[in-house]
Amino acid sequence: MSILVNQNTKLLVQGITGRDGSFHAGKMKSYGTNVVAGVSPGKGGSTVDGIPVFNTVEAAVKATGANTSIIFVPAHLAADAILEASEAGIELVIAISEGVPTLDMVKVMPYLAKKGTKLIGPNCPGLISPDEALVGILPGNIFLKGNVGLMSRSGTLTYEMVYQLTSNGIGQSTCVGMGGDPVAGLYFLEILQMFQDDPATEAIVLIGEIGGDAEERAAQFIHDHVTKPVVAFIAGQSAPPGKRMGHAGAIISSGSGTAEEKIKAFERVGVRVAKIPSEIPDLIKQAMK
Amino acid sequence: MKIHEYQAKEIFSRYRIPVTNEVVCYTVEEAVAAAEKLGLPVVVKAQVLAGGRGKAGGVKLARTKQEVPEIAGKILGMDIKGYTVEKVLVAQGVKFTHEFYVGMTIDRNSKSVIFMASSEGGVEIEEVAKENPDAIHKFVIDPTLGMTPFLARKIAFALFSDFNLVKQGADIFQKLYRIFMDTDSSLVEINPLVTTEDGKLLALDGKMNFDDNALFRQSEIEALNEPTVDELKEIDAKEKGLTYIRLDGSIGCMVNGAGLAMATLDLIKYFGGEPANFLDIGGSSNPQKVIDAMNLILSDKNVKVVMINIFGGITRCDDVARGLVVALEKIKVEVPIVVRLSGTNSKEGLEILKQANLPIVETMSQAAQKAIELCTKN
Repeated sequence: MSILVNQNTKLLVQGITGRDGSFHAGKMKSYGTNVVAGVSPGKGGSTVDGIPVFNTVEAAVKATGANTSIIFVPAHLAADAILEASEAGIELVIAISEGVPTLDMVKVMPYLAKKGTKLIGPNCPGLISPDEALVGILPGNIFLKGNVGLMSRSGTLTYEMVYQLTSNGIGQSTCVGMGGDPVAGLYFLEILQMFQDDPATEAIVLIGEIGGDAEERAAQFIHDHVTKPVVAFIAGQSAPPGKRMGHAGAIISSGSGTAEEKIKAFERVGVRVAKIPSEIPDLIKQAMK
Repeated sequence: MKIHEYQAKEIFSRYRIPVTNEVVCYTVEEAVAAAEKLGLPVVVKAQVLAGGRGKAGGVKLARTKQEVPEIAGKILGMDIKGYTVEKVLVAQGVKFTHEFYVGMTIDRNSKSVIFMASSEGGVEIEEVAKENPDAIHKFVIDPTLGMTPFLARKIAFALFSDFNLVKQGADIFQKLYRIFMDTDSSLVEINPLVTTEDGKLLALDGKMNFDDNALFRQSEIEALNEPTVDELKEIDAKEKGLTYIRLDGSIGCMVNGAGLAMATLDLIKYFGGEPANFLDIGGSSNPQKVIDAMNLILSDKNVKVVMINIFGGITRCDDVARGLVVALEKIKVEVPIVVRLSGTNSKEGLEILKQANLPIVETMSQAAQKAIELCTKN
């Protein structure tokens, strides 16, 4: 088992004829993900890597039964693409697009809630359930099937952590890159609950970063609802206040959202926090004893 | 992106939110003329893109004709948090009876715009939040409804007991919401919003920040941008596909990915070093990008050593290594370099670096320690 994506995932790629869309559609397909369709307005009837392309999400869903969509369209078109997927009945949308205006996302959210559509991203690397499905831009070869669930606000740092887990023989059930934008879809609380409910997940790695209070809220949620062991890492411990470190979310404003506060919040509820990334495998081994 | 107080208030006035009579001045002479036109007393306010102007002595009341040139002369050219004051706002002095705070921002938890209002205006809202959080009323705005008249009234009733003020407040709050949405703001504040002696509401100060991701459709706002020297460097980097932020230390860093870059800086600090910059080169092995990145790092004369930390995911380590070798052949780097490559095809990548005589290390921690060691030697 795993969460969110698995062998039943029927994936649609929105923006499949673009540079990133076509490249990653091929990567996901060769990993073994069931990529059933692509959408690119005006390119309907063509194929990419043997994947049929449709003009609209509705037509693609009707023809292929797609239940999950990944979005590679340019940032200013991303909100519309998310809405189109939701309207067509897609259950899970993963928005890779980077640089989506925040108010576009604010306007999208109530519709997704009404339709019951789950969203991951935008500005995220996607997710993977090793040996089942890769839905994103993550490098499939570094993952190993196992029983540690991982969730993160960042991309390459996630790969770094996964690589260290895999090198130490610690496999993963599902790894979710949630993205670092101010307004995003599924976050720590929802994903923690899913890992808690997933029988294949025995321990959880949470990778946070400075800015906002998502980690503090996660700590409280773990205290209230999670019985499985959780270990954490917080990036940005040395970041100066007021500077945006690449991610929109990674900014410290006036004494809130600092790494120190987040680490304290976790330690208070018994979550071990790694001081440096290389401590994660040992902490997980200890936690799973 | 940030704009000045006077620019924010120009936008407020365009939406017919009442603001003080005021003139932007670049010289003492202009300030004197403005005071004559507005009538005394006037408030002279430094216009810089930093908070805490009052505490820094950048906001002063001029009661007499003589005080205007004295005060304007002192404030113009003053340094506030690294910004030089190049212009002041000369505003009509207003007698007020009470100061309020109103502001809007994006709330990550409700994924909506949130309206904040407090009767404790005139001080920094962060201080109120720390010392008396109950004094701040918060209202989540449903994006499908927007700022409805009833919500605007509800907010106004939380601040004012006089119905005349409630009506004026509700009108201002609806306009403020329209400004927020129309301009893709990330923050709009009136602090203080005051009640005058004749029972009117007036915006005495204004602050607006904008969503950088939306500037492509906000050309009027973008035209107001006044980047600093450091920010110009950051913008130039962005155009080359790099995210660069200058810091104060001496260990230059080149990393792929924002999260990993942050963790790299943390690691340097953890082992007792000081990073010179944050630099995310994104996911590409293009030699030109490495050359651009290296030039950017070395443009900071404090840099004594460069640490390169690359995790090969989709981009393979052998490609990155080849890019590095090509780049380092093209530019002369006089400071020592430490390279750490890990991930996909790392063995092949490390072999290429070894043949090119580049110093390599296995892990992030080793790279940080080695960089610090080289830094203290130099």
